[in-house]
Order: sequence, then structure tokens, then C-alpha cells
Amino acid sequence: MTDTTAVAGPVTARGDGGGRRGLSPGRIVAWAVMAAIVLVTLLPFYWILRTALSTNTGLAAHPAGPLPVDPTTSGFERALGLQSAEEAIAQGGSGGGLRFWRYLLNSVLVSTLITVCQILFSAMAAYAFARLRWRGRDTVFAMFLAGLMVPAVFTLLPNFVLIKELGLVDSLLGIALPTMFMTPFAVFFLRQFFMGVPREVEEAALLDGAGKVRIFFRMLLPMAATPVLTLAVLTYITAWNDYFWPLMVSYSDSSRVLTVALAVFRAQTPTTGTDWSGLMAATLIAALPMLLLFVVFARRIVGTIGFTGIK
Amino acid sequence: MSIASSSRAGNRGDGRLAAVFIAPAFLGFAVFLLWPTLRGVYLSFTRFNLLTPARWVGLDNYVRMVNDPIFWESLRVTVVYVVLNIGVQTVSALAIAVLLQRLTRSPWLRGIVLTPYLMSNVVAGIVWLWILDTQLGIGNEIIAALGLDRVPFLTDETWAVPTIALINVWRHVGYTALLLFAGLQAIPGDMYEAARVDGASEWRMFRRITLPLLRPVLAVVLIMTVIGSFQVFDTVAVTTAGGPAGATNVLQFYIYGAAFGRFQFGYASAMSVALLVVLSAITFVQYRLTRAGRTDLG
Repeated sequence: MTDTTAVAGPVTARGDGGGRRGLSPGRIVAWAVMAAIVLVTLLPFYWILRTALSTNTGLAAHPAGPLPVDPTTSGFERALGLQSAEEAIAQGGSGGGLRFWRYLLNSVLVSTLITVCQILFSAMAAYAFARLRWRGRDTVFAMFLAGLMVPAVFTLLPNFVLIKELGLVDSLLGIALPTMFMTPFAVFFLRQFFMGVPREVEEAALLDGAGKVRIFFRMLLPMAATPVLTLAVLTYITAWNDYFWPLMVSYSDSSRVLTVALAVFRAQTPTTGTDWSGLMAATLIAALPMLLLFVVFARRIVGTIGFTGIK
Repeated sequence: MSIASSSRAGNRGDGRLAAVFIAPAFLGFAVFLLWPTLRGVYLSFTRFNLLTPARWVGLDNYVRMVNDPIFWESLRVTVVYVVLNIGVQTVSALAIAVLLQRLTRSPWLRGIVLTPYLMSNVVAGIVWLWILDTQLGIGNEIIAALGLDRVPFLTDETWAVPTIALINVWRHVGYTALLLFAGLQAIPGDMYEAARVDGASEWRMFRRITLPLLRPVLAVVLIMTVIGSFQVFDTVAVTTAGGPAGATNVLQFYIYGAAFGRFQFGYASAMSVALLVVLSAITFVQYRLTRAGRTDLG
């Protein structure tokens, strides 16, 4: 993997792409294919919105039109638990009383806790591997690297047993704990970055009498802002989207995150058929924060996903 | 004087500082990665239902696994899923990456392609469940409007696995394409210039330049995505829950059912070990076959 990182390292400036502006038949076909890809990529998002703003009876009557049918926000009200059970059932809901505000908050808490701690601790470890001298360094690093080879699902069952023994089942901390301290990938990725920083920069600071702790927090970490940010956003997205692990650990509203809540919502099918309007409203609530996060950071992330992306 | 001594102290070794810096990550590594890995292997040799202590039963779980037709069936379903998923995804991702490379350098387009990856598998599964709904889904409305028969995508035994494979392609293809795109960036542009001067077609340039030079990157991406694909669970859980009639009972879903449905943690662990072995073998073989470590760029 080191090789490929090196390959992706220096991006050679390439003068083509803009070189041949003429619209040859081949290019027209290529653009058409690209347009089709964009359409397939984005249309489902519009369809979520269209469905969420429709009523269930309207959807049944007009399944195909491009615009919302009988525009309403009742789907959102149902998802957020603002409707009474009777109201919800009357409008095609299950009356199951799901409160997506609560799950939204849980998701934010878990993802933030995981991201902040994981990045900080991984960066500290990466610095220790890249710049500090200590006995056993290479052995410990080799162990961490070997950890990359263990597929995530393998540790889930034993980790569940451990979380249960710690009495943390059905708690937000229980969900966050296993990925809160490090992932081998984060350590490996940040170490690569720190290795690439010229030593002269630090040596000058050392000569000025700065301690290594200070150098790490005041110099190296700020220098690593872009890779750290990319890693943080990817970590946040991964934590936010995780389903399997929270499904194991969480049993009640107190620790239910959005992905689990969505699956519960989906499983509560009322006798009248699935509450698609409410379900799509809930889906939008679960998806929107990541879309907004991405809009804010898109340019940086898209530019940095290279071999940074290996997970 | 003080300057010289402090700089020398910095070079001598930082045992204490390193211990502080490494401690949290090492704790996490030891407790939540190393220990569970060892424990997972240990549990596979025990009978364990979470309530009473694990009891050593030797190879019982493995014997049972080898004789369990549902295990073999779920392994077969998983392999079919992985072949479909990875086959379609790799070809599409390569096409998208090359299109991005040859058509435009717009970060916007790359951003759009990445959007489905921001959704959870759960969201992707539920959205496509709705779009492909036999009665009301827009997908089937379009099929009906074309005068064809409605397709029971997720409720039919033959359609369910390919459908789930394609839903996951939708979610992951953009990310895979961007990884390949990054690999394409490393190919020197003047190689294409030279080929163009020689009158080579786009297809020929793809065959002779892009594909061979991208091979190492492609190999790593392939290993990565295959490993991810084998762990499919979320999409199955929210769309078909293993059905209809076990048609989508992928390995990870069967393992989850054994552990949390029937509380057979020992047996579930044994199957996890089997999956781990399969994944290690695939990684090894793929690595050897594609010589992932070597690059033609040299």
C-alpha cells in the first residue's frame, strides 16, 4: 500500500482535457453517458423530496407525476413525532411514535464523539510513530498495520460481548467506544503525512526552545489541516452511516441513532401499506446533514480523495 | 549552551512523551481490536449464549458448520452477490473515472458522483425499495408505461440478489470512481499527447496506456471493494431481511441471526472465522495475481 500512496502522491500537471474542445461525435456520446450517470445519481434524491412532501393517498392515486401530490408537511410531522397517534394513523402512518429529533441528536452526539476523539488520538499516535524515538516503535506500528487486515465485521460480535460486560449496552458511549480511540487507517494515513513534513521545520523550532508537545499542537497539526479535515469528514460520514454496530448495541430511544430508527420505521408497516411519505421524510432527515456537510467541504474532499480513501 | 543541550535531548529518545502520545490509541487498539480478534477466534471453539459462561467444545461449531446446508447456501448467495456487485461496480467506476479524466476536470461533477456515498446503506436501501416498489414505485411505473410487465425486484427469488447488488453499486460506484480517478491523475499527460500525435484512438489509448498503468491502483481498489462487498448486511437487512425464502440470506445476515436471533454466539463466531479465512485467502490470491505491489510507472 505504501507504493500506491507514493504513486498518488505527486499529481502531475496535465494539459489535456481542455486541449480538444471540438465536439466530435465521440465526445457527444461521452457527454450523453455522463449526463445519464448524473441523472441516475441524483434522481433518487429528488424522489425522496417529492414523496416526503406528498400525502400517502395522493401517492397511491398518482404514483408517477414529477411534482408532489397534495403538498403537505405531514410526513415530516409524523417522522418528528409531532402528530398524535390518531392523526398519524389517519394519514397512513403506523402511530408508532418515532421521534426523529431524538435520533438526530443521538447521531450527532455519537458521530461527533467518535470523530473528535479518534482523529486527536490517531494524530498523536501518528506523530509518535513518525517523529518520536522510543523502544518498540516499529513493533507496535507493525501491529497497528496488521490491524488493517482484520475486517470490521469480525470484531463486532466479541466487541458486543465486551460492551455488554462493561454494562454499556444501550448507551451512546457503548456505540462510540470501539472506534473512539483509533482506527489503524487513521493512524497510518496521518503518519504518512507527518513523515512527509520536512524535519528542518521542526528542528528550527526545537532550536528556538519549543517543546515537542508544542511543536505537535502548534505546528504539525495546523500544517496537517487539509488531510485532517478530509479524514474527519470521512470519519464523520462513516460514523453517521453505520448501522450494523448500533443495531447490536442500541435497544431503546435513549441510544437509537438515525440509521437504526429508519430501519425500525420501515419495519413498522401499518395495515394500510407502507407509510412512504413519512418514511421518505425520515430518510431526508437522516440524509440531509451529510449532504450539507458535504456541500461545505466538497471541494477540499473531492481534491484529497486519492489514496487517502483506502478503508 | 542551553540550545545545544536541548536539541541533543530531543534526539536522544522520547520514551516518556511517546508513551503519553501513544497511550490512548494503544488502549483502543488493544481493547477493541486485538482482544476482540483473539476472543472471536476463542469463542468459535465454545458454546456461548451470553448468559452463562462460554464452555469449550473443541471443533463442534466447525463440524456443525461444514454440515449446515444453510451455511453453504448463504456462502453461495454471498459469492453470487459479490461477483455481480463487484463486476458491475468496477466496470462502471472505471468508465466514470475515464470519462471524468477525458471530458472535464470539474470538481462539481466529481462532487455529484460522490453524493450517493454520503447516504447510509440504510437510506440507499429504503429509497430504492420505494423506487422499485411493484405497485407504486416510479421504477415500475416507467416499466409499465413502456408496456412491459412490472418486475417484483425485491420480492422475487431470482431478482432480489441482483437488485441488492445494483443498489449497492449505486451507493459505492462514485467513491470507487474517484479512487480510480486519483490513480489516473498519476499517469503523465504527455503519454496521451504522444499517442494522439501517432493518431491513436481513445479506445486504443485506454487499452494501451490507461489500463496497464492503472493496474496497480485497480488491484488495490479491487481488493478493498471485494472485502467490503463480502460484508454486505445493511441493505439486505432493510430491504428483504434475507427473504424471499432465504434468497438473500447472505453470510453476514445469517451470522447476525445466529448470534442475536438464536443466541448461538459460538456458532456465529465460527462462521465469522470462516469468513475471515475466505477474505484473507482472496486478498492473498488477488494480490499475487495482479501483482498489486508493482507499478509499471517505475
